[in-house]
Amino acid sequence: MDLYEYQARDLFAAHGVPVLPGSVANNPEEAKAAAEAIGNQVVVKAQVKVGGRGKAGGVKLAKTPDEAKEKAEAIIGLDIKGHIVHRVLVAEASDIAEEYYFSFLLDRSNRTFLAMASAEGGVEIEVLAVERPEALAKVAIDPITGVDKALAVDILTQGKFPAEVIDEAADVVVKLWETFVAEDATLVEVNPLVRDPQDKIIALDGKVTLDENASFRQPGHAALVDKDAEDPLEAKAKAKDLNYVKLDGQVGIIGNGAGLVMSTLDVVAYAGEKHGGVKPANFLDIGGGASAEVMAAGLDVILGDKDVKSVFVNVFGGITACDAVATGIVEALKILGDEATKPLVVRLDGNNVVEGRAILAEANHPLVTVVDTMDNAADKAAELAAAGA
Amino acid sequence: MSIFIDENSKIIVQGITGSEGTKHATKMLKAGTNIVGGVNARKAGQTITIEGKDLTVFGTVEEAMKETGADVSVIFVPPKFAKDAVIEAIDAEIPLAVVITEGIPVHDSAYFWAHAGAKGTVSPGTPRTPRTRIIGPNCPGIISPGKSNAGIIPADISRAGKIGLVSKSGTLTYQMMYELREIGFSTAIGIGGDPVIGTTHIDALAAFEADPDTEVIVMIGEIGGDAEERAADYIKANVTKPVVGYVAGFTAPEGKTMGHAGAIVSGSSGTAAAKQEALEAAGVKVGKTPSATAQLARDALAHL
Repeated sequence: MDLYEYQARDLFAAHGVPVLPGSVANNPEEAKAAAEAIGNQVVVKAQVKVGGRGKAGGVKLAKTPDEAKEKAEAIIGLDIKGHIVHRVLVAEASDIAEEYYFSFLLDRSNRTFLAMASAEGGVEIEVLAVERPEALAKVAIDPITGVDKALAVDILTQGKFPAEVIDEAADVVVKLWETFVAEDATLVEVNPLVRDPQDKIIALDGKVTLDENASFRQPGHAALVDKDAEDPLEAKAKAKDLNYVKLDGQVGIIGNGAGLVMSTLDVVAYAGEKHGGVKPANFLDIGGGASAEVMAAGLDVILGDKDVKSVFVNVFGGITACDAVATGIVEALKILGDEATKPLVVRLDGNNVVEGRAILAEANHPLVTVVDTMDNAADKAAELAAAGA
Repeated sequence: MSIFIDENSKIIVQGITGSEGTKHATKMLKAGTNIVGGVNARKAGQTITIEGKDLTVFGTVEEAMKETGADVSVIFVPPKFAKDAVIEAIDAEIPLAVVITEGIPVHDSAYFWAHAGAKGTVSPGTPRTPRTRIIGPNCPGIISPGKSNAGIIPADISRAGKIGLVSKSGTLTYQMMYELREIGFSTAIGIGGDPVIGTTHIDALAAFEADPDTEVIVMIGEIGGDAEERAADYIKANVTKPVVGYVAGFTAPEGKTMGHAGAIVSGSSGTAAAKQEALEAAGVKVGKTPSATAQLARDALAHL
């Protein structure tokens, strides 16, 4: 889960990372009040989970609370690369002497963590990494021993931070590492990390990604989910504990196993090329045990998508045998009753496939078509979606 | 032959008394796997009878190994306790730990991977080689049909044969085993869909290359990370046997996790297109669908 800047800032503050005074505002009035509380010049910053907001007019300086209100009015509602601004962070304006870059992240390739540091901050780090790789220090971090002050000093020295700030910046780095570990983050990035004219080190802007697998030991993280920005169907699926991602096509997809479902989306997209360009409408993995309840819950979410014209149920009977899955489909259609209105193409393969197909044949549901192979079933589902569009 | 497990493998199940552990221990035994015991500290000393076989529940992996000669542990412990379970297996120096558990925090996986390395053997100039091979987490395990089944791969969808299969995805492993059931598999291994995993595509490719009974290798990847690209480089330099590939997730949108914790396109990195391109540049024929990939494997075998 990616956090907004203001959420990252709150986490930093909670772990003792120095940040500037500020608060989030949901409307211009709140922005004015926030500026009044700060009692100084402020920066009004659009809260969006995408880079380049400055260039898009999403960051403005305000000298007075009234000006903060005006700027917030201008920024809230902006469309920044497809992200609509719903709130702003109002933070004290700082004088900046120098801008640096620092991050901790998961290094998948090397199966460890990585620290990245550069004295040349404030720019896009991907650009810096390509154009001046020598300016960006990358240091592998042992997950067992972590980061102490001595290692922090070493990393910053490699990142060519000025000698006079290294001691104080190293303290901040240790606190960022504590944030990274304590919050189960996969990314903690500060860009820029700034030095103000009084040589104070401040985290001016932050990006944090949290590991959703750790939610069982991070009870505070649930509150960080932006419910307003969630797709309503995704929210509904989440409430039912379903693994669902909304896409923008017409063929609803249900399958078991993440890999098989991803593959199903691709195969449907290829088939759609022959049928008016219809595409998969969603990703939905119902997992290993395809019970009637889970199947009904999944179908309910998918049929709630008004763009869906047909549904492709693609199940490989491995752990769960096909007869159980077929019973699940029949029972799910009974549970849904009149709410099931779109044609269903079902492909079953694997354990007890003969019995499974026999159950579907006997039920003889008018909406259900059984097709033998994944490729042919995808073609049929695409054809039906195109006919229903 | 086969890779990583064979008919001589002696298997223990960590979490054998849990519902998943018992269910899959039953299936593994039915498939002819030699399960020699289980581990659960809270139920140490008890005996559990599965498929007519009395299995002792040991307090620790170390004790289980000492008493039974076990050399493989299959781990079904819930995410909350998985890190400690894997570390226990590593500390006991078991040769192979298969971590089935889904949903382990990546900080825990990175920690036990580092622990395995720290406990490993040292040879100058190279990273430490762990004494314990870890497969997974978030994986279906490994099967050498007719010999041993360490994990949850259905044993009855395929049979022993000449193909070696390595895949990030469980159900695509099953799908491919089923498509190619008439030919069969030396070993099929699901390495898992998490961002940090133990055994990689490259490890499996190296083992299949060395295995005399594997004639064609099928490699299944998916979006996220750069494991497939790295595997492509490895194949180009080191693999002489034919490799056919499949990559899932061409239609996945940027920034969305697709079921597996590691299956995410970040910006322009981790895309299926980039993986396919890298594999094809290394001479790997990549199928457009699972069935097309299965056909490529049949063709490769026919041309040997």
